[in-house]
Amino acid sequence: MEMFLYIALFAPLVGSLFAGLFGASKKKLFVGIISSFFIFVSFVASSILLSYVLKTGSSIQVEMMTWMATGDLYIPFGFVVDQISVTMMMVVTLVSTIVHVYAIGYMDHDKGFNRFFSYLSAFVFSMMILVMSDNFAGLFIGWEGVGLCSWLLIGFWYHKESATWAANEAFIMNRIADLGMLIGIFLVYWNTGTLQYTEAFAAMPGLDTETLTWIGIFLFIGAMGKSAQFPLHTWLADAMEGPTPVSALIHAATMVTAGVYLVVRSNELYALIPHIGLFIASLGAFVAIFAATMALVNRDIKRVIAYSTLSQLGYMFAAAGLGAYWVALFHLMAHAFFKALLFLGAGNVMHAMHDELDPFKMGGLGKSMKTTMILMTLASVALAGIFPLAGFFSKDLILEVAFIDQHFIIYGVLLLTAGLTAFYSFRIIALIFHGEDRHTALGHHPHEAYKFMLWAMAPLLVLAIISGFLFKGGFFEMVTQLLPATEYHIDNAATYWTITIGTQIFVLLAIYFAYKKYMCKSIKIPDGTSAMENSFKYKLLINQYYIPHFYEEYLVKPYRALSTIFWEKVDNKIVDASVDGIAKIIYSSGEKTRGMQSGNLSTMLKWMVAGLVILLSLAVVFGLAARHSVEITTILSGLGV
Amino acid sequence: MFEAIAFYLFAFLTIVMFYITVTTSQALYALTALAAGMIFISAFFFILGADFLGAVQIVVYSGAVMALYAFGMMFFDTTRDLKEKQGNKYVVVGLSTIAAVLVVLIFMAPIISENITALYPIGDGGNTQEIGMVLFTKYLVPFEVAAVMLLVAMISGIVLAGKKMDESLTLQSEEEINEKASK
Amino acid sequence: MMEIGLNHYLVLSTILFCIGLVGVMRRKNLLMLFFATEILLNSVNIAFAAISHFHGDLTGQMFAFFVIAIAASEVAVGLGLLIVWHKRHNNIDLDTMSTMKG
Repeated sequence: MEMFLYIALFAPLVGSLFAGLFGASKKKLFVGIISSFFIFVSFVASSILLSYVLKTGSSIQVEMMTWMATGDLYIPFGFVVDQISVTMMMVVTLVSTIVHVYAIGYMDHDKGFNRFFSYLSAFVFSMMILVMSDNFAGLFIGWEGVGLCSWLLIGFWYHKESATWAANEAFIMNRIADLGMLIGIFLVYWNTGTLQYTEAFAAMPGLDTETLTWIGIFLFIGAMGKSAQFPLHTWLADAMEGPTPVSALIHAATMVTAGVYLVVRSNELYALIPHIGLFIASLGAFVAIFAATMALVNRDIKRVIAYSTLSQLGYMFAAAGLGAYWVALFHLMAHAFFKALLFLGAGNVMHAMHDELDPFKMGGLGKSMKTTMILMTLASVALAGIFPLAGFFSKDLILEVAFIDQHFIIYGVLLLTAGLTAFYSFRIIALIFHGEDRHTALGHHPHEAYKFMLWAMAPLLVLAIISGFLFKGGFFEMVTQLLPATEYHIDNAATYWTITIGTQIFVLLAIYFAYKKYMCKSIKIPDGTSAMENSFKYKLLINQYYIPHFYEEYLVKPYRALSTIFWEKVDNKIVDASVDGIAKIIYSSGEKTRGMQSGNLSTMLKWMVAGLVILLSLAVVFGLAARHSVEITTILSGLGV
Repeated sequence: MFEAIAFYLFAFLTIVMFYITVTTSQALYALTALAAGMIFISAFFFILGADFLGAVQIVVYSGAVMALYAFGMMFFDTTRDLKEKQGNKYVVVGLSTIAAVLVVLIFMAPIISENITALYPIGDGGNTQEIGMVLFTKYLVPFEVAAVMLLVAMISGIVLAGKKMDESLTLQSEEEINEKASK
Repeated sequence: MMEIGLNHYLVLSTILFCIGLVGVMRRKNLLMLFFATEILLNSVNIAFAAISHFHGDLTGQMFAFFVIAIAASEVAVGLGLLIVWHKRHNNIDLDTMSTMKG
């Protein structure tokens, strides 16, 4: 079994390196095919590991080699395949495989085709390290690795100013959070003396609550950055500058869920500090509704889906914070499937519309892009949580968790968010595929994507439909061997049916409202004149609650001013000046002392005597000091030294 | 009493002689003064009871070394004044004084301050006899090494100075030297 | 004052050593440099002999003896080199010897 573990881990790396060989050359189709094949190999190996874990119920732990061993610190390159990591591995490799195949078609005309596959496979490798590591150090390597690949891929079209800006923003935001994460890891090591998950978590019940709280907070700060939780959320929407397959893989299905994975992995820690858990849940619920409201008005289909991702991540954190770790993980899995599908569908639309992103400039695309329409509609249905698709089982479960734990505020917020989710999902569906044809006037002639791209999306569609009711039981049995096995059932049947059906009706109403509002013939391309666009609410939402503006105005600008001051005053006048000064001193002393090296024997003899005098004086001084060391010590101690 | 008079007299003479040696511009004066100084130094050895050392001093320095210098000087044009550019005198004198004081301070301080027992005490016999006893028992190996060294020095002196005695490079023209060198 | 002790000899030795160092540093004539070196060695010899005497130990005399031997060989080799140099360059001025200039 260890062999499969290594295959699953290193196949993406091989693919990445292979593609990297052709990074600078022209587009070669086989590069895409071969790296996709390696990811597929990794997927197959992961599947074998999954079946093994399912069958035996045990986990596989290997230690590849020692990484650091200094004093008491021992960090190996160790990997573990248990119920949690195998779930993540399956999600990562499956979505990656599909996205790789899809990208062969999507990146068809791109100059950086080979480079793209190199980055994408490198990302998968980093993600595999992240989820498979059995210690915090390895997790951190993967954590930084995915951050790096995310930076590379967001800024993939580096000639675009906005893309490089977004890439840097994402990277810097993540760095801020990673600092918190590092402090958390240091605290873990400091207090438990080890970084291995099992040993560290085993030692944690012995620590006092305050220490645990700090560890929990700092680790969660890391998770907040990676999973784009408030207030570090702004980078995710801007990260949509990257190619759409990247958005599907990294910024929807895998990397952004790393934060959730961290919280789930650290469940034993967070179980000890329920107040932090409640904070996480509250923040999750807040982000869920916060992001959903921003998605309501946005006029960029990818950003809408990004906000939706943010919102769903909020759901996951809400579940994890309330202690329903397996529910969080389940929603993570289901969400990965339908959100990737949604993004890839959006990619098809973008491709057809020549990178046009404003849904108001589309309309009526359903005629020319029937398959995409079906795919995206089903994905949206799954996202909205309609029975019997995946979203229903995972998302309604989170609502039930909140309800049963009697956190009614969180429940209310999440319920409202569910309605908003349905509304904005179908708003863009309606705007893109239905209603009046608004794009022909703008000179677009949409066409359906390649057949194999559509076929590649098919597995995601199937999973988005069936993963809910088919996997729920098995999944519960599998992961609860590691996670707290809390079953969430509402005892009162009447209450259960009321809230379930109530939710469904609420969601369906939201969908109906969206269709009604955005399918009518009078939809025009907004030009900023309508009353709605000038209302305060609209402005607040379209400007993302002015948070990016706030950051720009109150953080970036003062920081820039401060940097300028430091550059002009400190760097130029102190640092540079002192360095130059040292150089000048050395230079002038060399200039002065070159007379010594005149080659004149007489001068040399003089210098020799001078050196002799200096050395002899030193000998006398030290000789006297050694002889009178006792007295000197007495005098010095008398002086208080 | 006589010892003190002798010490001061010879000290004065030695210092004067050596002073002339380092200050005069005439090589011949310097050589003569040096030879005289060497002999005066041998007087100290006799005062100190080191008869053998005094004899050696006279024989080796005043005899052999001075003769060697005298012969060596025959090769040089000693009548010609060497233009000697003088540097800062105070630096030179100051440095040398400090250095000398320091050397003495370092090497002599322990000997004065501590009572060290003699390694090879001076016995009752004559000085020369005692020297012989120590030299050929305890210091036999250094003695032989010194002998070999003297032999080596003698051979190298002969080889260096005596090679091609018949031709003088100074009397030859530049072209001849170059021609010889290119062969 | 009238009692001559070890210190007197050491002071004398120091004075002579000084004179020798002055000679080493001041003279530009290589031959004079050799003379100055002889002075240095002799000043040390006086110190050795005096210490030997006042401590009743023959080691000092032994050292002086070997110093004399070394001085003799130094003169032999040094003069040989000096003659070679003079043959080549027709002078023995220190200031002209700057082949070691870096």
